[in-house]
Amino acid sequence: MKQEMVDRIKNDPDFIQLVTVRTKFAWTLTIVMLVIYFGFVLTIAFDPSILGTPLSAGSVTTVGIPVGVAVIISAFLLTGIYVRRANGEFDELTRRIKSKAKGE
Amino acid sequence: MKPILFLLLGSAGIFASEALSGAVEKQPLNMSAIIMFLIFVGATLGITYWAAKRTKTAKDFYTAGGGITGFQNGMAIAGDYMSAASFLGISALVYGKGYDGLIYSIGFLVGWPIILFMVAEQLRNLGKYTFADVASYRLRQTPIRTLAAFGSILTVILYLIAQMVGAGKLIQLLFGLDYEIAVVLVGVLMILYVTFGGMLATTWVQIIKAFLLLSGATFMAIAVMAHYNFNFETLFATAVQMKDVSIMAPGKLVSDPISAISLGIALMFGTAGLPHILMRFFTVSDAKEARKSVFYATGFIGYFYILTFIIGFGAIVMVFQNPQYLDLAKQAVDGGSPILGGDNMAAIHLSHAVGGDFFLGFISAVAFATILAVVSGLTLAGASAISHDIYASVLRKGKADGMMEMKVSKVATVILGIVAIYLGIAFEEQNIAFMVGLAFAIAASANFPILFLSMYWSKLTTRGALLGGSLGLLTAAVLVVLGPTVWVDFLGHAEAIFPYKYPALFSVSAAFIGIWFFSITDKSDTAAKEREAFEAQYIRAQTGIGAEGAVEH
Repeated sequence: MKQEMVDRIKNDPDFIQLVTVRTKFAWTLTIVMLVIYFGFVLTIAFDPSILGTPLSAGSVTTVGIPVGVAVIISAFLLTGIYVRRANGEFDELTRRIKSKAKGE
Repeated sequence: MKPILFLLLGSAGIFASEALSGAVEKQPLNMSAIIMFLIFVGATLGITYWAAKRTKTAKDFYTAGGGITGFQNGMAIAGDYMSAASFLGISALVYGKGYDGLIYSIGFLVGWPIILFMVAEQLRNLGKYTFADVASYRLRQTPIRTLAAFGSILTVILYLIAQMVGAGKLIQLLFGLDYEIAVVLVGVLMILYVTFGGMLATTWVQIIKAFLLLSGATFMAIAVMAHYNFNFETLFATAVQMKDVSIMAPGKLVSDPISAISLGIALMFGTAGLPHILMRFFTVSDAKEARKSVFYATGFIGYFYILTFIIGFGAIVMVFQNPQYLDLAKQAVDGGSPILGGDNMAAIHLSHAVGGDFFLGFISAVAFATILAVVSGLTLAGASAISHDIYASVLRKGKADGMMEMKVSKVATVILGIVAIYLGIAFEEQNIAFMVGLAFAIAASANFPILFLSMYWSKLTTRGALLGGSLGLLTAAVLVVLGPTVWVDFLGHAEAIFPYKYPALFSVSAAFIGIWFFSITDKSDTAAKEREAFEAQYIRAQTGIGAEGAVEH
């Protein structure tokens, strides 16, 4: 890539927006995933009995079962949330940046 | 029949079930399994023949021409992750300890979203064939490629040994073949797939196997649930009656916070540093397909872990204490209700309980197919590091002829295959449970920090990456050797010098701090140029301008 093109793209408002918004979004989702996972394992490390509590009086199923399944589903949902926004908004910005880089 | 001892989750820790180990007793020949396996081998060799005709250039060989779709790649990534050891190991863990099995599988899943948010698209935009392409993008080729290739080959070989030993033992159990024959068979088939069919054949073998494994596991889970009118409370209540109430709560798997954090880091960053997984991102056409592949992969893997949880509980209610699967000889010695072949056979016995001999044969054949597919992917990643990073980039300084480079990688595949067969046989009697843990530790501590900082940190220099990355690799290796899994379990000392099983918290920190320190103190002219080159790299990483495209066939 030529320096002149680098400078042009670097100052393109679309590029600045893409990088700022996407970086923030990606970090937010990463932190959400880290909080969910480490929240889960540290709960187990510090007080395993919380997840061992029965869901209701007399039931065998414990709180840990829906919580564990929810952690799995949250991982999938978070990837879905990212892909949805990236396929629309971020790809549109990228397309504009690319066509400007090629066209002008 | 003699008892079969699998050291599933002894002191070797969480990675032990990724590496089936311990002594096993050969079983009688299982004909229906062998016939179904032969059908699988026939079909995959047919695919290899088809793929061989389409594998003409180095790009075809390494990345299937870059034309795999996001959905196909997601399935293949899931296939790489769902090894035979993880299918049998996780269901065995649920069968033995209940809830702990779920905790274990969750750790393996949560790295995927992070890979998507942080590295998947950037990797696709910057790389060509190997992750070293990305790591060395603006740094000096020779030192960084050498270190990255070394990290890749080491990870691949450790993982391969674990898979080969597991394969030999599993095949003894499932098919009644000799250990050596099983290992040679796996090695030879893998060499055939990879040398002739390259990434295209390797990917399709992986996709077919992932489909078969998911179908088989789905059938088992549905059969179990149908038995209890799709009521989980009834299933759990019956299981608790069979065992005791402790299976519904966390057990001893995660005990202290340091281990919990260290393990989490090893699993997350390790996954993001496994060369055979990273390589898959170069098989799709662009960043969009790369991100879709992670979405599908996360879905398939998460679904698979939920299935194995049901399968483990199904085995408690249908296999545990079922006289048909009871190991009477072992019971006479040790008491309890041991099952034939040890806990790792829980899912296999369950397949018989819900689907008879035919379905048992199917699941056994799928387990074998799984091993084949996983070792093929590993070998291809190792061969690429040798041919693309060492031969073409370091020795030939990037001026290698594409045809010659492909030839080198085929020779490298054959050599790696022979090495894998040899090491598989040499390690038969060893406790190799630490090897997958070590592979993850090295991937997390050397491969991942260099890759991540090369993408995001403008001040990274060659000196920082080389010294910090080496420091991470050495720290991981030394701490694993001094820790409980090698120092006590493998070498037989009474007490470990380093108390934790998972060194990642320490070795990953060492790598990041080392890279940071040796980069910011680097005042050389090349370092200044490397920092300047970040801007152009960053634009390409973010937008894909100038990225490798797919080729049409």
